[in-house]
Amino acid sequence: MRYNVSLPWWAYAVMGLGLAVFIGLVGLSIRRNHGIKRSLFSAPYTMWMILFTILPCILIAYYAFTDTAGNFTLDNFRTFWDSNSEMKKLVGEEYAASIPRGTVNVDTLVYSLWMAFLCTVISLLLGYPAALFMADRQMKLGASIVVLFVIPMWMNFLLRTIAWMSLLEDNGLINMMLNAMGFKSVRLMYNSGAVLLGMVYNYLPFMVFPIYTSLSKQNPSLHEAAADLGCSPMQTLTKVTMPLSLPGVISGITMVFMPSVTTFFIPRVLGGGNTMMFGDLIESKFLTEGNWNGGSALSLIMMLLILISLSILRKADPNGEGSGIV
Amino acid sequence: MKKTICLFLSLVLLLPVIALPAFADGVVNVFNWEDYIDESVLQDFEAETGIRVNYMRFTTNEDMMVQVEANPGAFDVVFPSDYMVERMLNKGLLEEINYDHIPNIQYIMESLRDPAYDPKGAHSIPYMWGTVGILYNTEKVTEPVESWGILWDEKYAGDVFMLDSIRDSMGITLKYLGYPMNTRDFSQLREAADLLIAQKKSGVVKAYQVDETKDKMVAGEAALALVWSGDAQYAIDLNPALAYAVPKEGSNIWIDPMVIIKDARNLENAEKFVNFLCRPDIAQRNCEEIWYSSPNAAAIELMGEEYTENPVMNPSEETIASCEFFTDIPENFLPVYTTLWNEVKNAK
Amino acid sequence: MSKISRFFKRFYLGFILVFLYVPIIVLIVQSFNAGKSRAKWEGFSFHWYQELFKSVSIMNALQVTITVAVIAMIVSTILGTLAAIGIYSMKKRQQSIMMTLTNLPNTMPDIVTGISLMLLFIFTKVDRGYFTMLLAHITFDTPYVILSVMPKLKQMNKHTYEAALDLGATPGYALLHVLIPECRQGIVTGAMLAFTLSLDDFTISYFTTSPLVQNLSTLIYSATRRGIEPTLNALSALMFIALLVLLLIVNRRTKESD
Repeated sequence: MRYNVSLPWWAYAVMGLGLAVFIGLVGLSIRRNHGIKRSLFSAPYTMWMILFTILPCILIAYYAFTDTAGNFTLDNFRTFWDSNSEMKKLVGEEYAASIPRGTVNVDTLVYSLWMAFLCTVISLLLGYPAALFMADRQMKLGASIVVLFVIPMWMNFLLRTIAWMSLLEDNGLINMMLNAMGFKSVRLMYNSGAVLLGMVYNYLPFMVFPIYTSLSKQNPSLHEAAADLGCSPMQTLTKVTMPLSLPGVISGITMVFMPSVTTFFIPRVLGGGNTMMFGDLIESKFLTEGNWNGGSALSLIMMLLILISLSILRKADPNGEGSGIV
Repeated sequence: MKKTICLFLSLVLLLPVIALPAFADGVVNVFNWEDYIDESVLQDFEAETGIRVNYMRFTTNEDMMVQVEANPGAFDVVFPSDYMVERMLNKGLLEEINYDHIPNIQYIMESLRDPAYDPKGAHSIPYMWGTVGILYNTEKVTEPVESWGILWDEKYAGDVFMLDSIRDSMGITLKYLGYPMNTRDFSQLREAADLLIAQKKSGVVKAYQVDETKDKMVAGEAALALVWSGDAQYAIDLNPALAYAVPKEGSNIWIDPMVIIKDARNLENAEKFVNFLCRPDIAQRNCEEIWYSSPNAAAIELMGEEYTENPVMNPSEETIASCEFFTDIPENFLPVYTTLWNEVKNAK
Repeated sequence: MSKISRFFKRFYLGFILVFLYVPIIVLIVQSFNAGKSRAKWEGFSFHWYQELFKSVSIMNALQVTITVAVIAMIVSTILGTLAAIGIYSMKKRQQSIMMTLTNLPNTMPDIVTGISLMLLFIFTKVDRGYFTMLLAHITFDTPYVILSVMPKLKQMNKHTYEAALDLGATPGYALLHVLIPECRQGIVTGAMLAFTLSLDDFTISYFTTSPLVQNLSTLIYSATRRGIEPTLNALSALMFIALLVLLLIVNRRTKESD
């Protein structure tokens, strides 16, 4: 075989056993009316989830709370709070006292949250009007406009991001145009601005679609009724249309905020490694330092943060109406 | 309709089987740096021996080490740098080389066969060597490049590429400060890290990157860049306005050897592969593709003046004397390095 | 609606679309550039397209991407459809537990999913490669299938299935001839979603494969670290055009069937 498929023997045993049990169950339920419950159909999925979602999550927690020898420790979280704590132990007493608390990890987290927040706000400001106009029945745009928004997303997102490089570089297209018009070149790449641009570019459609869906589901007679009752178009917009589209907005916020906190490709390409984000930090903990324990602690912290912010958002949209996407 | 879908799906599923080429004599799994070989050499090796080469690439020594430790069975031949060989030896990751199977060792320079990182070359065979220096664009930099200090000169704000590689960037800063490159003195390291942070905060650094730098320098994206000598020669070849210098404070000189991973799954094929790369004509082709310095005396003879007259590939005795080798930072001190480097990378 | 406001709305949508399309157009134009440089136009040529088909690593990656996407789609569709039917017939409490579980991967960032699976494979000493990447893809695809099949099941008339049983159908027969046809649309949507998600995935593949087995995304990632690779422009142009053609065909077909 050209691909690596060598597995330990027990993996084959578990898989074979699971398959046999499942086929047996389905066969039984098909053969006769035997009282085997249909709910058993979800058994393979449940097993799969336990193996490949729950167990891995437990592993992250396990690594986060242990050291390389496998003993329980809180050091990984201490390192998150004080990135110099490990260094202090190693440099000897004469220096240890002079080393202040290292804020690298916390700063990066704060910076990532701030960038993700900016990206979400900009996407919302740009995306809401777009969704509103798309859903506007008087514009007679139909489904084709949605397709036009979907097509760019089919392009591999790494390639789309790289394409921005050729626009933003010092000798890139934008600067060439500026030069042709007699302006001086501007430094567009390798800064937070470029990273933000790349994030908004990639995640804007995730904001537009849910809002569009919830807007186009609204009953037009509601707007007519509002107008009949004396609302100006502006009032109809702020008092009727906008509140009703809240589930879409919330779903859009989630779908933009989450990937933008964790992205590590965009800052690396457009930020030139100058602007590290939390995703970068986690990636380099794992794949450059090979520090499973420290990296797991950072991942756990990020997971918790995201779960907390999601549950806050859920409060604003208790029925989860906005979750129907695309 | 249903039938066509089924046909299409089964065809797609058959793809991997069809594309399986007939390599009767097995495979060799090679893990090498990005852009570090003439890839047609791999095809020649396959044609001559019937062994299939699974060729994989890495960007920095540290990335490579993580992969090898997490996936030891996946690699047979690896190309770590000198100090990494030391670390891999300490971790017992390397197979002792059986020189009876590698007759082409005779072409490798005598002087490089007993390196400090691997006494008597028992576990490694030199593949390339080179220096770290400054690649600069003579259209943008008119003054002579003599000191590392030019990388801190605010005249070149936003015009300097640094290496996103912990030992290289820290190392040259230590050299600039006049400290030894392998220091474990915390105050010296602290000073170096602070200097790098100051460099970043002053806006001199345009980006931290590794393999992207050479093409961007060719395109004139920056005035100065910290690079490895081969990348410099590659860029100079494509853009004659570029030049390379090793500053007077001295720099890092390194050797990248080939090693065989302990209990390699394809030991015999790995030996054949290593032996093949030591053959003079093959070493010459690789050298002329990537422009690093060759440890292969016979290959250098084949290349003649093109090699010997080139100061980038064949640096002067004086330059070599001013340079230092990296030695490995032991695991109980490494976190100091990584913590300081993280601070540099995260400075805003 | 006044002309001005209509013009403004069209202008605004046009502006957003330009923003979305400009980089893609730039990529396509560059794929015909004879030179390697991104900055200079050195004449029109198909050079990079020829290089593309000659490149073994890109063709390998294409093959890995497509086979993984197809196999992951098939497995996750079967797994997900059965699971949806199972969950649907559970009691209320069990059902909500299962749905929370199903939603869990959606609320986890990709990087955490990828890392957690990588830790699993390292912990169990399974060599990462094609197989592990496939497992990962099935894992993140399946919940999407369930989420698209579930609503169709809920819309269905509950009594249809029981009626089929009363009329003498075995549960298996009823499954194949009543339940699955009823939610066919949801299954197809789920399968399509699974296919596109796995085609487009970078982060999870990046952590669950070895350097040997690369799909297009991880290949592109390592290529960006290497420098300029105009063959990738050619590849993206081709992929873009293929998708456009596919879209047009689907559109025409749906119109004909109307």
